[in-house]
Amino acid sequence: MYVATKGGERAIGAAHAWLEEVRRGDPAQPEITAAQVEQQLGLAVDRVMAEGSCHDRGLAALAVKQSRGDLIEAAFLLRAYRTTLPRFGASLPLDTNAMVLSRRISATYKDLPGGQVLGPTFDYTHRLLDFRLAAAGALPGGAPQGEPDLAPTPRVTELLAQDGLMQREAAEEAEPGDLTRQPLSFPADRPLRLQALARGDEGFLLSLGYSTQRGYGGNHPFVGEIRMGEIAVEFVPEELCFAVDLGDITVTECQMVNQFKGSRTEPPQFTRGYGLVFGHGERKAMSMALVDRALRSPELGEGSEAPAQQQEFVLSHCDNVEATGFVEHLKLPHYVDFQSELENVRTMRAAVMKERGE
Amino acid sequence: MSVLARAAAEDIVRHLADLPPLPAHRRLRGPETGLVMVRGRAGGDGAPFNLGEMTVTRCSVRMEDGTIGHAHAAGRDQAQAEIAAVLDALMQQDAWRPRLEALVIAPLEAAQAERRAATARRAAATKVEFFTMTQMR
Repeated sequence: MYVATKGGERAIGAAHAWLEEVRRGDPAQPEITAAQVEQQLGLAVDRVMAEGSCHDRGLAALAVKQSRGDLIEAAFLLRAYRTTLPRFGASLPLDTNAMVLSRRISATYKDLPGGQVLGPTFDYTHRLLDFRLAAAGALPGGAPQGEPDLAPTPRVTELLAQDGLMQREAAEEAEPGDLTRQPLSFPADRPLRLQALARGDEGFLLSLGYSTQRGYGGNHPFVGEIRMGEIAVEFVPEELCFAVDLGDITVTECQMVNQFKGSRTEPPQFTRGYGLVFGHGERKAMSMALVDRALRSPELGEGSEAPAQQQEFVLSHCDNVEATGFVEHLKLPHYVDFQSELENVRTMRAAVMKERGE
Repeated sequence: MSVLARAAAEDIVRHLADLPPLPAHRRLRGPETGLVMVRGRAGGDGAPFNLGEMTVTRCSVRMEDGTIGHAHAAGRDQAQAEIAAVLDALMQQDAWRPRLEALVIAPLEAAQAERRAATARRAAATKVEFFTMTQMR
């Protein structure tokens, strides 16, 4: 129970004024701009866009600055902002095959058609602190340039599917459910699950994905393919009857390839776990793909004992804005609640003491 | 329009410098910023799902002669959406179309193509050349 309390306004005002000073930090240091955050802390911006479920680099960068780098707070700010905007409609589904690739790797085929492109990656770095970065100044030397290869880059999953070794995705064109319009109910179908996972907390999904690898609902996964790059978004406006190109966004896609023993109706084959996120978010896309596959285990007859296989558990807890709201509400005044608890405990204690006294 | 959707307002305006002043227009709608729900497909090629929203700015204008232009562009640049809507209307007029294509669209398109090519060249440099070349399938 909550009661309205008064008297905190002055303290709140002072707290927020101090917050602004703390956010700014030492005034002897130059102020960081949202544009600098956008350019130089790009992966923080990408994470906020993914978990804030709103692709806008400038807004996400502003949110990172405003939240002092607290990325969950930043996602919360972005989610709050999006509620102030009208929805014009939905895009045509992205064709990730047509992505302009900055990165594309496969752990299943060394010589896959179109090749493996590392892109700007932390992989194979030594994870040694680079003290040259502590001294600002020099621009990095130009990255080497190569001759672009125009060979097509078919999906690894498609190569397997052509040989009958990969389960095909259902050819459905149904209007997908939207959990921002209709609260989640269970069981949730795969499109809804993917929406929830795409905006889910990277840390939570990472841990759940990790749990499947360690044997909690395990299903030995391979990275069939990870691709990252720019993709055009097409949208059919209500006043026009053709699709218009809105521009490009960056997305990361992960196709996990998992063995499937087969069932009475289907022969043994591979199945996919799928991850797709805004921005360059490889860890998130991989985690999402692992959890997507784990959540498919009931439909594939693999049981649902492990936490990652339980959709109500996963989907109800993967949203960090919801989770933070409920956890952090505990610090709001619960004075009346607690008074009744206090009375309860006192009564119980008195009864026990009396019993012991006798 | 896909070129204008990727061009900043100031870049569009800069390319208009060598053209006569644009005729007057009236705003029919916007410019206004809203959201488009971006959809993906399960497994890349399966059932559509809602990935998340993106900001989009749209504008519709009517020129003095009655031609209507529309523009939709990712982001929140309202000046971009308005000028793009005006150019969309003018591109429907024979008097404007060739000049706009030559002086505005073509150079912007070339700059965008060069930006994409620069990314492709950097990506190409990070392509892995394995030593063994056996086909694994």
